Amino acid sequence: MNVTGSLLEVRDLRLEFNTRRGKALVLGGVDFELRAGETLCVVGESGCGKSMTALALLRLIPTPPGRISGGRILFHGEDLLGASTQRMRDVRGNRISMIFQEPMTSLNPVLTVGDQIGESLRLHAGLDARAAHARAVEMLQQVGIPAPERRVAEYPHQFSGGMRQRVMIAMALACRPDILIADEPTTALDVTVQAQIFDLLRDLQREKGTAILLITHDMGAVAEMADRVIVMYAGRVVEQGTTDQVLERPGHPYTKGLIDCLPELGSSALAGEGGRTELAEIPGVVPSIWELGNGCAFRERCSRAMTRCAEAVPPMFRLEGSGHAAACWLHVEQGEV
Amino acid sequence: MVDLKVHFQRARSGWLSSPQVVRAVDGVSFDIRRGTTLAVVGESGSGKTTTALAVMRLVPFTGGRIRLGETDVGTLQGEALRRVRSRLQIIFQDPYSSLNPRERAGAVVRSPLDRMNIGTPAQRVERVAELFTAVGLRPEQQALYAHQFSGGQRQRINIARALATNPELVVCDEPVSALDIAIRAQILNLLARLQRELGLTYLFISHDMAVVEHICDEIAVMYLGEIVERAPRRAFFAAPLHPYSVALMSAVPTVHGGRARAARRIRLSGDPPNPIDLLPGCRFAGRCPAAEMACTSAPVPLREVAPGHWVRCRRVEVIDGAARAPLQAVVA
Repeated sequence: MNVTGSLLEVRDLRLEFNTRRGKALVLGGVDFELRAGETLCVVGESGCGKSMTALALLRLIPTPPGRISGGRILFHGEDLLGASTQRMRDVRGNRISMIFQEPMTSLNPVLTVGDQIGESLRLHAGLDARAAHARAVEMLQQVGIPAPERRVAEYPHQFSGGMRQRVMIAMALACRPDILIADEPTTALDVTVQAQIFDLLRDLQREKGTAILLITHDMGAVAEMADRVIVMYAGRVVEQGTTDQVLERPGHPYTKGLIDCLPELGSSALAGEGGRTELAEIPGVVPSIWELGNGCAFRERCSRAMTRCAEAVPPMFRLEGSGHAAACWLHVEQGEV
Repeated sequence: MVDLKVHFQRARSGWLSSPQVVRAVDGVSFDIRRGTTLAVVGESGSGKTTTALAVMRLVPFTGGRIRLGETDVGTLQGEALRRVRSRLQIIFQDPYSSLNPRERAGAVVRSPLDRMNIGTPAQRVERVAELFTAVGLRPEQQALYAHQFSGGQRQRINIARALATNPELVVCDEPVSALDIAIRAQILNLLARLQRELGLTYLFISHDMAVVEHICDEIAVMYLGEIVERAPRRAFFAAPLHPYSVALMSAVPTVHGGRARAARRIRLSGDPPNPIDLLPGCRFAGRCPAAEMACTSAPVPLREVAPGHWVRCRRVEVIDGAARAPLQAVVA
């Protein structure tokens, strides 16, 4: 497998929604690439376009009101935006699959988990019912569900939250996709169960070489899972780099704010008994899509905003360290990417 | 009133109509000193929210006592119970469902004053404006409806409403879990500032260890309806003793811990057992890496192993006055 080449390349992806107030630009030119076998985390607050990016990759945006208005999504060099409906069906669940935040709402309550795991195998791999069943048992085993032969015939309500998410992962990986998109897969789960799911995803990735696009708002999860990170704000990528670069040497004031505002374990050892340090805050809220104006979307909340920030949207500028870049005028002298 | 105390003894919520008993909260005792924060942490199903609701008298409880200052809240009924609620308020997790969409924000915050008949109408108007400023909203925003506010602002309205009657105890049930990460810090700082300025006492329910470490003075860890460890903040976070506490701490991913932390993690297998059919012994024994045969045979009492540090584990040893955990935390 070519580890350095990009498996998925997203260039200038633009997405708009028609609303009563006019066209809302939900994604304003998103660029990133996903390499084979790596984990790329997409972080940001709600409404920044993380989930929309994921849905757009699979062309799952409801159209209308949504419309992908520009850009390219190159998967193995093929532009998915130009692909036929039939071709997209071929890709979804087979070459690129997705797991969602709330496993209960994404599983069908009236079908056994075996049927649901087997469905994609029957459709994409052309297995017959017997073979699909056998493979479903095997998948349940791989995702660490005890007594898979018995549990394959059970229904989603008979599983706990963590087990349901394992079923979702089994479903998503049944056809050995190249890419697994995981949209906040552990947000609804307890931390000890989250740890189990992360372990599982890492193990399966090591075995199968699946690239993972992990959408999250949890910086701790990023630190633990990601090879590389992109940070999104108001429908644009504002920073990208390796996990180490982004978390330890953030270049965009928004990224730095996100990291600094987190309460971290170990805070009580630093402050005295009873005493506590004030958390750093990012003032204000994410601006609504109608208030963005011309400049940098973060400028109203940014402590380092300059006049220039209100004039033009900053492009991505290079930072020290290869592949590290941030869309902030502070780094203008280092040149555009 | 010198000490604010909330005591439960063998509180049991029997929620199912069938003869089975779900021991959602099973004999939980704690007290909170005035002006401090007790955090109750645990995973879903541990009974932390039920504990909070029982303290508020919002769920019927099967046994035990709840005392607020000198008042026995647990036995109050009718009008007396209604009156005591002015001293006892709650902030809920979901800032969306906890506000009436058809009421203006000002009316939401004023309603406790109206109901408790506090002050003249003119004073109430003034008090509401004052509360809006105190929680970081502008007084003119009183005329807006809930949907016109962001999640963080709604939580500010909830806080203003909870503070309207000058309560002594504020129960915060996961007040920041539903908020965006960047907004959490704003609300946590606000809660800390209000506590400092108004001398509030918080019962803070959360599943987020980092948030809890930041906000609490004391911590109680719950597992399946029981407190398994209770300790002052620094003692707990420096060295948690119960194997569940240790595992819970190690499961938290941290920004600077990265994969090294994940690799050294204590792994728990499985899910918590069903709270209906519990074994006689330690409820955590089935998932505990340090469990022995004897752990499952008899109930394990909560014992004090260091001043103020209580733990429900028979494998915690006290050697020369120092408590030793059976499982060692790997601190990143």
